[in-house]
Amino acid sequence: MIKLQNIQKVYRTDTIETLALNGINLDVAKGEFLSIMGPSGCGKSTLLNIMGLLDEPSKGSISIAEQTTGRFNDKQLAKFRNQKLGFIFQSYHLIGDLQVIDNVELPLLYRDTNAKERRRLATEALEKVGLSNRLKHFPKQLSGGQRQRVAIARAIVGNPEIILADEPTGNLDSAMGNEIMDILLQLNRNDGTTIVMVTHDENMAQKTHRLVRLFDGSQVQ
Amino acid sequence: MLKNYFKIAIAVLKRRKFFTFISLFGISFTLTVLMLLTAFIDRVGNSNYPDKKRDRSLYILNMEMTGSKNGAMSKGPHSFYFLDHYAKSLKTPVKVAISSMFDFSSAYVNNKKVAISMKFTNADYWDVLDYDFLEGKPFGKQQIENAERVAVISEDTKNAYFGDAPSVVGKYIEVDNIKYRVSGVVKNVPITQLTMYGDMYLPYTVSKNNYTKDKGLNGNFSGILLAKSADDLPKMQKEYSDMVSRIKIPDKEFDHLYSFADTYFTSLIRIILGNGPESGISKMIIGLSIFVFLFMLLPTINLVNINITRIMERSSEIGVRKAFGASSQTLVYQFIVENIILTLLGGLIGVVLSVVVMQIINSSGLIANLNLSLNYMVLFCSLLACLVFGLLSGVYPAWRMSRLNVVNALKA
Repeated sequence: MIKLQNIQKVYRTDTIETLALNGINLDVAKGEFLSIMGPSGCGKSTLLNIMGLLDEPSKGSISIAEQTTGRFNDKQLAKFRNQKLGFIFQSYHLIGDLQVIDNVELPLLYRDTNAKERRRLATEALEKVGLSNRLKHFPKQLSGGQRQRVAIARAIVGNPEIILADEPTGNLDSAMGNEIMDILLQLNRNDGTTIVMVTHDENMAQKTHRLVRLFDGSQVQ
Repeated sequence: MLKNYFKIAIAVLKRRKFFTFISLFGISFTLTVLMLLTAFIDRVGNSNYPDKKRDRSLYILNMEMTGSKNGAMSKGPHSFYFLDHYAKSLKTPVKVAISSMFDFSSAYVNNKKVAISMKFTNADYWDVLDYDFLEGKPFGKQQIENAERVAVISEDTKNAYFGDAPSVVGKYIEVDNIKYRVSGVVKNVPITQLTMYGDMYLPYTVSKNNYTKDKGLNGNFSGILLAKSADDLPKMQKEYSDMVSRIKIPDKEFDHLYSFADTYFTSLIRIILGNGPESGISKMIIGLSIFVFLFMLLPTINLVNINITRIMERSSEIGVRKAFGASSQTLVYQFIVENIILTLLGGLIGVVLSVVVMQIINSSGLIANLNLSLNYMVLFCSLLACLVFGLLSGVYPAWRMSRLNVVNALKA
């Protein structure tokens, strides 16, 4: 499903050159739930961003759903992200000015989906994460766990093949973290969604199919 | 999609109320000034009282004589002789209205001074122009030939001089120690109708100056040529310019004479910006464009800066939108739409402010009989200005926003 070949990422400033990722080769199978672990600053999030086409590698190639993405222009990238990928962020990144339902509808705004259909799909996605009673709330009226569930609903509303989650339980207590993890496991099991998750939590990582460890930008396991 | 943009735009406006106030104030103030300007130009250019036959009239306002050897130049209205002798000799016009520029005079009512603008006209003047007579009628050809001291007065003059008298036709009004019999009262003409404005209209033959004896080309008069139909205007214009080219200038100092029979708007522009054969229309368009551009530039820059600040606050939203499938182009579109919503809101406030200011100007009497109003033309120009304003101040910040790197935007 995702194929990374010899991925390298270098950050350059006027004086310093930092090697964030060095020669990463990784295959993620369709329907797999993969977790990435490693100490802070080892390149986990950078790797996830590159997989999500949010960042470009300095070297190497990426193929997702059998498409090589290196030569995509801005529009093609946007369309690809919209249709194939869903993102979950540690700090939720919900739009505070919009109600829950409008936040969840967001990915559908960039498709040819009419307003009625958008509302139906967003309501369904919120039902899946157990938040169908919070449609008209604003993010700041919700708890951390509820916000992350809204973020999951937003990630799955467009029915993407891949979900990329960057420390989805990082800001939550263990009970809420477990709730979120259960939802992700269900999505993977029931819908066959491929999930790549960056985490610091060994317990969470153990629940996934496979664990990849990074250290100083290189894959160690 | 638009509904979503609208919700966001309103939410962003509510978020930083001071920024919103500054933005809306800048937009609405600029638009108020532009709307007042448009309303004024519209009133001057399009008001058709009392020249309701403007579509088949040509106006002769100013002439210019130059001497190529000595650099001499003389500019100003025509003499009565010029218009009566030359303009009236043309075949195409069915009527030629001749009238003087207004002269200031005074009348006294109970020792109180009433300022009177006097205007001397020929008989055709009343046929070419359609003054609304509230009572009485204009003076006729015979009365002019007999130099009868008769006058048509404006409604304001009637009220100032005669007070509440229901009818004043046949009564006498004394100006500069001469008594004139009132033959009619007309509805007021705004002072912006330069060639038609007056408080008191008199036969040219009762003037202290003997216009018929003066054979010079310069003077104090303007003319209006009335064609049978609008189709005759080009022919009439050509006939006039051919006639002018044949005129021998009596004054040896000058060797070139420029006098034109123009449509109404061109004739006004020629007074202000005309130079020799040039009408000044292109100068006016360039000048007005530069003024509007500069006038809009400052609030636009202000809005651009505020918009950039606001964008930086929204970088997380931009990152999220990009991550979920918004292309840079879609984001530019979204931000411009949001900005147009803001400017339209400012425009709406501007319209309300303009109506208030227009009412104040109209009721203050600063400009005689000027009745500024909002009409479709003014509203259309304002809407256009809003859109241009919204686009100008939105494009650059939108472009900056769309270029944000997703990862950095999400980190901010």
